[in-house]
Amino acid sequence: MRDALTLRGNHALLTRANPLAKFSGVVLITIALALSIDWVSASVALAFELLLFPLAGLTLALLWQRGWPLILAAAVGGWSTAILAPDHGRILLDVGIWSISDGSLQLGLGFLLRGLAIALPAVLLMSCTDPTDLADALAQQAKLPHRFVLGTLAAMRLVGLMAEEWQTIGMARRARGVGSHGNPWQRMKATLGQSFGLMVQAVRRASRLAVTMEARGFGGAQRTWARAASFSRLDAWVVLGGLLISGAAVVAALAAGTWNMVFLGQQ
Amino acid sequence: MTSIDSVRPAAVSARGWGWRHAGRPRPAVSGLDLDISPGERVLLLGPSGAGKSTLLHALAGVLGDNSAAGTAAATSAAVPAEAEDDDESGTLLIDGAPPRARRGRAGLMQQDPETQVVLSRLGDDVAFGAENLSVPPADIWRRVAEALDDVGLGGLPLQHPTSALSGGQKQRLALAGILAMRPGLLLLDEPTANLDPAGVLEVRDAVGRSLDKTGATLVVVEHRVAVWKDLVDRIVVLQPGSGTDSAVLLDGPPDQVLEQARDMLIAAGVWVPGHVPATRPRNAGAGAEGDDAAGELLLAAEGLAVSRERPRRAGLLRGFHKVPPAPVQSGIAAQVRAGQALTITGPNGSGKSTFALTLAGLLAPVAGAVSATTGLSEGAGIDPYKWKAQQLIARIGTVFQEPEHQFVTGRVLDELMFGPRQLGRGEERVDELLERLRLRDLVDANPYTLSGGEKRRLSVATVLAAHPRVLILDEPTFGQDANTWAELASFLSELLDAGTAVVSVTHDAEFSQVLGGAELKLGAPQPDGVAAT
Repeated sequence: MRDALTLRGNHALLTRANPLAKFSGVVLITIALALSIDWVSASVALAFELLLFPLAGLTLALLWQRGWPLILAAAVGGWSTAILAPDHGRILLDVGIWSISDGSLQLGLGFLLRGLAIALPAVLLMSCTDPTDLADALAQQAKLPHRFVLGTLAAMRLVGLMAEEWQTIGMARRARGVGSHGNPWQRMKATLGQSFGLMVQAVRRASRLAVTMEARGFGGAQRTWARAASFSRLDAWVVLGGLLISGAAVVAALAAGTWNMVFLGQQ
Repeated sequence: MTSIDSVRPAAVSARGWGWRHAGRPRPAVSGLDLDISPGERVLLLGPSGAGKSTLLHALAGVLGDNSAAGTAAATSAAVPAEAEDDDESGTLLIDGAPPRARRGRAGLMQQDPETQVVLSRLGDDVAFGAENLSVPPADIWRRVAEALDDVGLGGLPLQHPTSALSGGQKQRLALAGILAMRPGLLLLDEPTANLDPAGVLEVRDAVGRSLDKTGATLVVVEHRVAVWKDLVDRIVVLQPGSGTDSAVLLDGPPDQVLEQARDMLIAAGVWVPGHVPATRPRNAGAGAEGDDAAGELLLAAEGLAVSRERPRRAGLLRGFHKVPPAPVQSGIAAQVRAGQALTITGPNGSGKSTFALTLAGLLAPVAGAVSATTGLSEGAGIDPYKWKAQQLIARIGTVFQEPEHQFVTGRVLDELMFGPRQLGRGEERVDELLERLRLRDLVDANPYTLSGGEKRRLSVATVLAAHPRVLILDEPTFGQDANTWAELASFLSELLDAGTAVVSVTHDAEFSQVLGGAELKLGAPQPDGVAAT
């Protein structure tokens, strides 16, 4: 849990790319997919994304571990679209007010694939980007204020610590007779108490960390950077890759005649 | 090498200096007159409330001015806006200027290792301070390598994750980060209070080596005089500010001060070298070592494997079955008997605390079992982990290392009443505990505002208020002053003689000697290793 945000052991190619370049690639793909709900553009993008997995050091097991809420959300979105969208074409299933037709199934499938195709690049980005590198790029290249960026980075390290602390406080409170059993009201009260305990510890830790940082000279207007964030040739390929994937998705959908602009309403 | 020679030791000078924290009626320090010449090494002693930490924070330039501190974390933790302002009097100077104007001249190390680390990679963390002082990048990496060598972490790669370091290593890392700033003044605020004995020596030696090399000035605050005595050349004893007396009670070479003020320091709870605080001896016969059959068996562990992690659900393809976590220690056998002490020892990471928490019914065993005898369970079932919280506290009481983790109310008295009320029992024991652990005067105080020693006494009292037959303590003496230590040891020896079983995870040999009983030594963290008893 504590290392959820680090890249321990991941030495894949994309970990060496600049975070801003990777982010631009992701944005390009997302824009293309956001424009149309159709299964062709979504599946083309999805296929390319799956091909990128080894480059980012991601495996299907890791993907499920980190991205299952997104995958589940995409599946639920697709399913509900399939049963709730207005029917046209052959009716495949009809249970009372819920029905699935050719048309609604296609739309639902489009939703599912599109959800996955939009979610995957984000998971890819997270899995091959170290938070420290991201902070370096944001502060040095995107010129965000360094006090804000580094403050957030240091605070994020505490998040992992807080996850451990949550478990400890839970046990410490059970040892005081506060159980997480009982009716929902009692359970909610116990969780609230535990949250309060965690909050107290979080504030204490945060203020001590702030003292540590200030004592190390943090907070001045000027600072140097031991790690220079820079762009390399790899980054040009990353942006180009994003452009190619989004372009391929749009062209394939137009060629197949499934291009379905969101803003133009249903046909 | 040439660059480290450029460290210029700093001079400190205080003239009638005082500080009152916002919203407090009395000043933390008042009327302080003190001169420290460049290169001097000073150990700062005094009872709690004498303002030692306040002085160190002031010298580090991090005192007050919370709203302008500027970091994201500081803003969220800042004092409420309506609190009145801090109040400073007199002057406090480093090299003739206020500390705030001397950014980078002083480096501060605090007590909690977790908050001494800023970044997640070893090299980056050491570089952080130097970056903030606008050192050119090429110089920074040279300084980083040198500082890591100086603190004995040079063998680790710069990419090494800081979360994988032990407490002692984290403190040495913090020292490296400070050294990379090339400060003329090193400020250490109880740097070893949270460490095991091995970690204490690691940090002390690293500080000694770097001082020998740089010649920087040192001011260290620490209860355990023996650790620092030979490294410093001057001891200054502070007393709580009264407004009329001088803040400095004694000042001189270590041996002289320790001789002059021995009784006073002992009374103030300072760990004076060569003095073990007097404790109540165990009754002869009861719980004598090796006398295993004497006490009734209450709790037993058999073939126990422990981990803090919970079983994970495997993925869809493997049918979501439960995957047990990798244990930190396995094959542990132990017996807990009425009126007998059991001490759990072992190196860092050997799973001592994890074992204690499993024994206490707070963590599920990975393998093997913890079983309560009928004498202890009284019908609640054999497995303590399956007991309800109320059933647990009346049978096994657990005192955590950090007392604050266990506070559940906002008042000391409510805190003590909490257990008995949960059980629907009378509160007669509370009165006795208030008296016995000297909490009577604090009944209306907020638990979070107590001193370290008071918090420890309260956390022991709250758990005992539910009258458990087994008491489990995790490092109960860590960072405690000598007075609290002696009180705690005496109190536990009394409990043992009265028939309570006491299990403690501790590095403190003197403490386990007072309690007597058996010792369970856990080996290095080997999941398949067999623990010896």
